[in-house]
Amino acid sequence: MKRTRSVCPFCGCGCSFYILSEGDRVVGIEPSPENPVNKGMLCVKGWNAHEFIHSPERLTKPLIRKKGELVEASWEEALKLVAEKLLGIKEKFGPRALAFLCSAKVSNEENFLFMKLARAAFKTNNVDHCARL
Amino acid sequence: MVGLAATFGSGAMTNSINDFDEADLFLVTGSNTTEQHPLIGSRIINAKQRGAQLLIIDPRDIPLAKFADLHLRHNIGTDVAVLNGMMNVIIEEGLYDKEFVATRTENFEQLKEVVSKYPPKTVEKISGIAAADLKKAARMYAKADKAMIAYAMGITQHTTGVDNVKSCANLAMLTGHLGRAAVGVNPLRGQNNVQGACDMGGLPNVYSSYQPVIDAAVKKKFEDAWKVEGLDDKPGLTITDMMDAAQKGELKALYIMGENPLMSDPNTTHIEQSLSNLDFLVIQDIFLSETAKKADVVLPAASFAEKEGTYTNTERKAQLAYQAVSPPGQARPDWQIICAVSKLAGYPMDYASPADIMKEINSLSPSYGGITYERLSNNTGLQWPCPNVEHPGTAFLHKDKFSKGLGTFMPCEFKPPAEMPDDEYDFMLTTGRVYYQFHTGTMTRRVNILEREAPEALLEINPDDAKKLGIRNKEKVEVSSRRGSVQLKAEVTERVPPKVVFSTFHFNEACINLLTNSAFDPVAKIPEYKSCAVKIRRCA
Ligand code: SF4
Repeated sequence: MKRTRSVCPFCGCGCSFYILSEGDRVVGIEPSPENPVNKGMLCVKGWNAHEFIHSPERLTKPLIRKKGELVEASWEEALKLVAEKLLGIKEKFGPRALAFLCSAKVSNEENFLFMKLARAAFKTNNVDHCARL
Repeated sequence: MVGLAATFGSGAMTNSINDFDEADLFLVTGSNTTEQHPLIGSRIINAKQRGAQLLIIDPRDIPLAKFADLHLRHNIGTDVAVLNGMMNVIIEEGLYDKEFVATRTENFEQLKEVVSKYPPKTVEKISGIAAADLKKAARMYAKADKAMIAYAMGITQHTTGVDNVKSCANLAMLTGHLGRAAVGVNPLRGQNNVQGACDMGGLPNVYSSYQPVIDAAVKKKFEDAWKVEGLDDKPGLTITDMMDAAQKGELKALYIMGENPLMSDPNTTHIEQSLSNLDFLVIQDIFLSETAKKADVVLPAASFAEKEGTYTNTERKAQLAYQAVSPPGQARPDWQIICAVSKLAGYPMDYASPADIMKEINSLSPSYGGITYERLSNNTGLQWPCPNVEHPGTAFLHKDKFSKGLGTFMPCEFKPPAEMPDDEYDFMLTTGRVYYQFHTGTMTRRVNILEREAPEALLEINPDDAKKLGIRNKEKVEVSSRRGSVQLKAEVTERVPPKVVFSTFHFNEACINLLTNSAFDPVAKIPEYKSCAVKIRRCA
């Protein structure tokens, strides 16, 4: 069994726990006793933070809309489509016709890169996140 | 967090979660703490047991209210009047911190003038709070040595959200409850990395560490570091403006990472129209959310357990989380997807790992300068500002001076909520969370035990109103606003005062945001979720 230090994804308290896993299967959560925020405790959401990870409803392949339906596609095709469409719209309507929404659920590094993508690659400050809501 | 930034120069929680163990008094307002931030809630309960005082200002009878020394149940949306009333009493009775006001703040005369218009009798008429209770609350807060204010979305999600926050800040400055341990103004962030998303520049007007896009020196710094020319130097659109621009056809493409605005946004119909009006919608997420179903391209992302990265909690503390397992199928970590898109768009970004990205964050973001993977791997987190690798991090802000120098009193006048009940729409609807579900439920609704505890949306209604309308507990009712209507089961409870109903926005079967009002705070652009006028009838 592997123990991996992590941070609870469910609220801004930032409780810390260890993810217990066997191979690629998460089997449990163990609160971190040394973390000053939760001091070895978790709420019911934290204790169950691992359950959704192996949900059968997880997305496992890129999807592209074809004839009105979302169908499975390769990464290559999906990424190419995203880059081409965004570039095309930028060419035709200018960078302000594009917008990017960051996430209160992903890491700092990913939010930083996403705003860099918007600002450096597509030259737009139309960047926001949903947590105003 | 615009309100706090205006008064102090920084919009984050001023103090730390551990401070909850040291405070003598808590003023909790607009935060259902035990349900939204359970472990902070339990610290407050523990503090009560060691003799701390608890003052709650909240229209609902939240679970924490059982422990309160005083609970002011004011009319919804009258927060500014209540807070001004408290300041009125504090100034009248000379209970304010004269030294702090003289040496650390500016604009006191203006505050005095505005709050002089809110004597307890006037506030009683507006808010429904008895003058005697208001005086008692004011004295309790002012006289405590270490008093912490904690608030959440109940304060910010009003058309007057920014004014509510400024009023909390005014109150703390007036009484000198700032710049020390176990005091301060403490917004409790809802989602696990809201603070980080803002810190990293996930906002239209700033880069990471809140460096303004309109500042020429900042622009030059990022252009040099990123080896690009012509970065946009005008603030971009907020999410609310984006939706309007999409509806008008000015915004053509939207790329959304890890969010589900169709469920979390007020006035769902408007959002749905905006999204369908786009030429191109990209969603990057771990589940096929309601919003993803509308997308042109859906990119499968890795969950928190399947990648490495840092997250910044509500007390400004960055912590490192490691990868435990591989992503399912072909799903990939968000950072890898972003790099791949960027490369194809002609701007290659090459990073070997998240640690590599953090190095760039350290060099470009002053408050994160010393928050390195090396340090985070050996400790339980670092609180910004942490400008260099020798710096221990900052447990509380504004110690000897405010980020902007002097703290500015920003007095506010009371303004009623944007939509008040009338003869036809005679109830006030207010929305929030329940303990067992998280935001729009894309993650928590897939956790069986959580789903069993809170399987459906309920409309909380006061017993008196229920009786008048002939509604019994768990009976189906229809709630309608000027924007739409939904059906759900009633829960008859004293938790809500008469003429107020409450529900949550986790459930797509009864999407409560069909009803809410997208009139938003003119500065922070936070929509008015917390109140709108509705009518209610029993379903036959
Ligand atoms: S365990 Fe509970 S209190 Fe702690 S971060 Fe997770 S949801 Fe929040």
